[in-house]
Amino acid sequence: MSSQATEIKHDAAPLQKPAFQQRYAFICLAVALLTVPVWLPLLGGYTDLASRVLIFALAAMGLNLLLGFTGGLSFGHAAYFGLGAYGTGLMLANYTHSTLLAVAVGTMIGGLAATLLGPIAVRRRGIYFSMITIAIGQMFYFIAVRWNSFTGGEDGLTGFSRQPIHMPGFTISLHTTSFYYLVLVCFAVGSWILWTILNSPLGHVFVAIRENQKRLTFLGIRVDVYIAVSFAISGFVVALAGSLDALLDNFTSPDNLKYTLSGNLLIICVLGGMRNFWGPLVGAFIFVLVQDYISSITQNWMTVIGLVFVLSVIFFPLGAMGFFRRRSRS
Amino acid sequence: MVILFNAFNGLIQGAFYALMAVGLSLILGLNGVINFAHGGFMAMAAYFAYTLIPYVGFWGALLIAPILAGAVGYVVEQLIVRRLYLRDPLYSLLATFGLALIIQDLLRTIWGAQGVPLTIPDFLNQPLSDVYFFITGYRLFVVALAIISTIGLFAILRFTRLGIRIRAGNSDLETIAAVGVNIYLLRSANFVLGIMFAGLAGILAAGQIGLTPTMGDELIMPSFVAIVVGGVGSLLGSLVGGLIIGVASGVTAAVYPAATEVIIYVIMGIMLVARPRGLFGQEGLLE
Repeated sequence: MSSQATEIKHDAAPLQKPAFQQRYAFICLAVALLTVPVWLPLLGGYTDLASRVLIFALAAMGLNLLLGFTGGLSFGHAAYFGLGAYGTGLMLANYTHSTLLAVAVGTMIGGLAATLLGPIAVRRRGIYFSMITIAIGQMFYFIAVRWNSFTGGEDGLTGFSRQPIHMPGFTISLHTTSFYYLVLVCFAVGSWILWTILNSPLGHVFVAIRENQKRLTFLGIRVDVYIAVSFAISGFVVALAGSLDALLDNFTSPDNLKYTLSGNLLIICVLGGMRNFWGPLVGAFIFVLVQDYISSITQNWMTVIGLVFVLSVIFFPLGAMGFFRRRSRS
Repeated sequence: MVILFNAFNGLIQGAFYALMAVGLSLILGLNGVINFAHGGFMAMAAYFAYTLIPYVGFWGALLIAPILAGAVGYVVEQLIVRRLYLRDPLYSLLATFGLALIIQDLLRTIWGAQGVPLTIPDFLNQPLSDVYFFITGYRLFVVALAIISTIGLFAILRFTRLGIRIRAGNSDLETIAAVGVNIYLLRSANFVLGIMFAGLAGILAAGQIGLTPTMGDELIMPSFVAIVVGGVGSLLGSLVGGLIIGVASGVTAAVYPAATEVIIYVIMGIMLVARPRGLFGQEGLLE
């Protein structure tokens, strides 16, 4: 989306049909994710940590549809994450006992906000677009801080907890392990939707916008509309992740709406490799683990996270996936 | 009368926004970088001033601290920002964002998380008038200094060789590189100039609201809004934008306090719908 020359060359067609090797890797990934509650405690981790990795991976993959595949640099996606979280939290606290309904409502609120605000943001491109998305995001932050009686203000929203899911014939209790599987299902559905979109004609338009906006305009494609569509879809996915995040902690705070979170989601995309479909998953894995570990050993964890930002941007702009891919080619 | 008082308060707040926004806008224009660490540099200069005041007094600190912050800015530009000029804006955005985290954390480690007051000269603290509303000399001083430094900046941009090159670089960097201007040096100088403005704003703000490591956070978002409202690429726009949102939030504080922060984003939204390039912005710049 920028007119400046980019010195890094990216693959023009990032999504080939899965070759044998890729299918093999995918099966390994699926097995690893399905068996997390078995092997993670053996390595000294805890299952909630894995849930958090998947939640942030889902959010970052949603953001990456806009960032990595459409070329829209949004610094405000925390807003939709937080709206999803608040929507779900407020539903459970005040209106319903159905966890699934609360998740659906939270996702709708965040996604619809992105659908409505995207068209405003896409009036400008490039750096301007980023500044507008940051500012829109901060608006929701201040609303959440100021609207004390409804949102709990700066202290955050408490007083809700995830409720057992009642299905005809059986009940899912949503303790740590079963909640992990709920997150995994949402992650699988979310990434399947994103994968399907990216391999559809719509997805090809997104990538084409990233590669050459001017040419698409000449071809008579309304670039604004498509970026807004990408913005909206990514908003829905991010909001889903946000509502799961509220359920994970049984808590949400204005921090989930703040631009700091937007920055974290962006660095997750960059860390993993934003031109790779599974990059954000790798990035979320690295980022959540580093954050969890560092904050347990030093008070100056912010400096370490800041260094992660600076160093990865300077030395690994293609992220882990891009780095390994380049390695294996040369 | 209350509204008038609040409007004046807002004007002072707007002066901070404007000073911040002018620095940000300078760096955005020539360096093409949204400097997320601007708030960090601002707090850094304020802490420098806090440490220097016992030795050189308020006036000395007001002069030296922004220069020190500028020097740190120069090192940062050389080490980090410079490497990212040719890349997608995403990278400089994330790098300065990380830098903001580092600066904030270091400030907290060195000077503590607790807020500390910045001592200002006694005669500035005298209330000038309490007939209609309460004004201290300091507030007038802030406005005066903001005006003087902005006029100074515009004079630099208008009359000095450096300023003319900055403006030329803003409109076409490639051409001035082709006619022999060292654009890397120019962008370093411009970055330092922007940081010094942040430093000045930081010290002035600290005199009013005190010092905390996060003090820059509260001012940086309104400065972004000021730039969007005023129009990217126009320093005058950033200035006017800052004053407009300052006054708007001041007036809102009197009428409907809960919306004090939100109003500026509403103004931005209206501006984007009605006139997407901002008050004084050029069409298509930096896009």
